Amino acid sequence: MTDSVLIIIRHAPHDGNRLREALDVALVGAAFGKSVRLLFLGQGVVALLKGQGPGAPGQKATLPIIDMLDMYDIESLLVVDEELSQLGLSQDQLAAHVEVVAKAHVPSIVRSTASVFTF
Amino acid sequence: MTYGLLVLGAPYSAQAPHSALRFAHALLARGHTLLGVFFYQDGVHNASQLMAPPQDELNMRDAWVALHREHAVALDVCIAAALRRGVVDESEAHRHGLASHNIEAPFELTGLGQLFELRARCDRLMTFAG
Repeated sequence: MTDSVLIIIRHAPHDGNRLREALDVALVGAAFGKSVRLLFLGQGVVALLKGQGPGAPGQKATLPIIDMLDMYDIESLLVVDEELSQLGLSQDQLAAHVEVVAKAHVPSIVRSTASVFTF
Repeated sequence: MTYGLLVLGAPYSAQAPHSALRFAHALLARGHTLLGVFFYQDGVHNASQLMAPPQDELNMRDAWVALHREHAVALDVCIAAALRRGVVDESEAHRHGLASHNIEAPFELTGLGQLFELRARCDRLMTFAG
């Protein structure tokens, strides 16, 4: 519990540098031996869409970073069922390892985590 | 209670740092402790000593420095986020061959590990994002 970290991502790719720098926090947390989970809320879900190009001109793509998170033992990428359907998306359109959770379950995910960072 | 603040917005562009500063003064006035402020993303611009707002506007950097002087609040700036945005101290300016620098003590360039360290030391970490 004391080493658990939840990173909440609320911004789509290329909405500034927010997603990329949120992922950096996840990677540093994992490097420090924390148990890191990511929760994608609202527009943040778009970050998980398969088949993204390199993004806005001059910006690095973020999907390759998301795809390699499991190499850093970050295996828990969470999205909320209700939000997925509101965006008209299905799980098979998203990157691998995504876990769909019920909206009612979100408060307990937050409560059971020692450190929550919201980006 | 001990607090830490995470500031993600630039001064004069976002409300985040202004709200964070007011929150800092409010919690100190109530007898709580503020251990540190971590500046990340566009928040790194708060540390620039080259900001020169009109005289009748708050100088955000000076306000953070005053907070440090009066209450010993650590002012940490994420080095990766700062370097990309042209916020550098003297040694980083040297390392990267840059003509000048714009951050000095009490602000300190540090890694994201310091954010986890701050989180571990305080009861509450408040994020000011918008």
